[in-house]
Amino acid sequence: MTAPMSEGPGAGSPAAPGTTDAPRGRRHFSGRRSVTGSRIELGDVLLEVENLRKHFPMKSKGIIRRATDPVKAVDGISFELRKGETLGIVGESGCGKSTAGRTVLQLLTPTEGTIRYKGRDITGAKTADLRRLRTEMQMVFQDPYGSLNPRQSVGAIIGAPFAIQRIEPDGGVKAEVQQLMQRVGLNPEHYNRYPHEFSGGQRQRIGIARAIALRPSLIVCDEPVSALDVSIQAQVVNLLEDVQNEFDLTFIFIAHDLSVVRHISDRVAVMYLGKIMEIADRDELYANPLHPYTQALLSAVPLPDPRKEHKRSRILLKGDLPSPVNPPSGCVFHTRCPKFRKELTEEEKKRCVSEIPLQISHGPDHEVACHYAAPASFEVL
Amino acid sequence: MTTTVSEQTPSGSPPSTPLLSVRDLRVRFPTEDGIVKAVDGLSFELQQGEILGIVGESGSGKSVTSQAIMGLYRGTRAEINGMITLDGVDLLTLRDEELRKRRGEDIAMIFQDPLSALHPYYTVGNQIMEAYCVHHDVPKQAAREKTIEMLERVGIPSPAKRIDQYPHEFSGGMRQRAMIAMALINNPRLIIADEPTTALDVTVQAQILELLVSLQQEFNSSIIIITHDLGVVAEMANDILVMYAGRAVERGSADALFYAPEHPYTWGLLSSMPRMDRLRLERLKPIRGNPPSLISPPSGCTFHPRCDYRDDARLGCSRIVPEFDASSPHPVRCLIDPDDRKTIFETDIRPSL
Repeated sequence: MTAPMSEGPGAGSPAAPGTTDAPRGRRHFSGRRSVTGSRIELGDVLLEVENLRKHFPMKSKGIIRRATDPVKAVDGISFELRKGETLGIVGESGCGKSTAGRTVLQLLTPTEGTIRYKGRDITGAKTADLRRLRTEMQMVFQDPYGSLNPRQSVGAIIGAPFAIQRIEPDGGVKAEVQQLMQRVGLNPEHYNRYPHEFSGGQRQRIGIARAIALRPSLIVCDEPVSALDVSIQAQVVNLLEDVQNEFDLTFIFIAHDLSVVRHISDRVAVMYLGKIMEIADRDELYANPLHPYTQALLSAVPLPDPRKEHKRSRILLKGDLPSPVNPPSGCVFHTRCPKFRKELTEEEKKRCVSEIPLQISHGPDHEVACHYAAPASFEVL
Repeated sequence: MTTTVSEQTPSGSPPSTPLLSVRDLRVRFPTEDGIVKAVDGLSFELQQGEILGIVGESGSGKSVTSQAIMGLYRGTRAEINGMITLDGVDLLTLRDEELRKRRGEDIAMIFQDPLSALHPYYTVGNQIMEAYCVHHDVPKQAAREKTIEMLERVGIPSPAKRIDQYPHEFSGGMRQRAMIAMALINNPRLIIADEPTTALDVTVQAQILELLVSLQQEFNSSIIIITHDLGVVAEMANDILVMYAGRAVERGSADALFYAPEHPYTWGLLSSMPRMDRLRLERLKPIRGNPPSLISPPSGCTFHPRCDYRDDARLGCSRIVPEFDASSPHPVRCLIDPDDRKTIFETDIRPSL
């Protein structure tokens, strides 16, 4: 399973300006190499996603079942992922964040766009190729109940990646699996137990052990802690940070909880109706959100601080998420945008309705897809 | 129903007759593995117009408490002991018919998951009208008008059309609004909201919480809001009750709970939570271990196996069950000396929050 796909032309290319010395001090790396022995250094671009689309075809009801307009779950997103960082993807349900994560791993076939991993275009890779790629890309799922086969023992679940990839680790699969169990804080003696004998937090540890078994370089974590109680959530968040440091992992962390995302991410992307509205360095995004949607989203989260909470102003978005089958023209957010409704002139509004805003740079490591991006007129947090 | 307490102002009023008083409530479920002590000696009071937040993690007994108040365990194998009085009437000894009269009229409940709480087979309007007609002898047309008015009040657009739609035609936020309309249509004095926004997105949650607060002010009803989200209680509640393993461990005003908490479990909750409004440089501090089994809960203080500040030799945390004086302004179920607790919070906990 070694080498063939690891060395792409982009491997040695310099990272984007200003990123190599990014304040990523809290991560310390052990210098271990990934299984494929890649030359990608920390801070280099590991994954590039360009104009990625995932549309789900729909059929009309009735006998004929003609194809109708597709659901545009992910509709043209672009971002870069640098080695060793965590990119948080936030958004409300139906914004396409989970589909984005799965499409990046090609668990779903992209409708359009390119995914470059270590400089190599992996879009449309063949099944055998994809299987080899999966040694480097793994996933942790949200539901610790649904994502573990109830009829398999924990040993079999965590050992499955070795079986699928036909890898025999030094010392045998069982020893390796038990070491992994130890690493994620499970008792290795529970090797033969079944998922139902574990609590939600422990099951999520099983999912993490399975994901790190092959020493991947990229893990997509899809809402890994949202089903857990706060005290257990903190344990799992800490575990994710630890394994990231220990194994030089790059994370895509998908979540709807903006507090957890702030804690764990280096950069954050905000999605709405299949598009990225704003993507920025973590501190920048929370301190200086420029997109009206990000501002509304941040202001909606209640803070565990009553005095602050009673002083805060809150933008209430009206109505519900429009259908991704038939998204609004121009900027998809304009139908609910408070700025559009209150601040823009008729002339400016026309632009929002007709022209799709592109992700435009607003300072170092800060891109916004809004024609009239500006700092909030109130204190967001 | 009498109105003896209706003139009381919200929180801060002299604690005369409370609207709701729960005394030494115990709820047990016999199971094959043993008796589950879901609620184990819970006492609290609620004044008219007050919003009480009950927080705790899964299995702390917060939802069981609310369902016991609603009388939803009648006819099941659950054993309920203690006293739950609403306006001085003991709800546990009421006959079924009398209780049914009070449900909806005096107490209403908003459930977490509106999709399973609403009947998929009936239109939303039918279900809300039913709730109204049970308590009011009015012609159908009047009930329908009242329902439309209520749907409008909770912010459902074109209510005259929406009233004839089925729950699946509503979005999650709309369904929760419909649930709120159903709960409020009889103008109840106590509303129990069990995780009313947990299934919703933050922007929708903000809408629903705002709606609940404005309706509460309009009708001067009392609310018990049950949640695991400390942000939600910080926004809504005057008073907060923290539950752990079926018992109340701390109760106080929202200010006291957030700025001067005294129970180690409350500290644990606050320290394990990531903050959105500021960056914590350190790692999160989880509470160690797992929640206890309710079949054989730990002896003494139920939190002692997970407590970083237990002192078994000196205080006997594993032997003595700490008292909880529900009548004091800020009761804490902990054996550590109150002055020591304050010191620990100031030196150990607050700096890392």
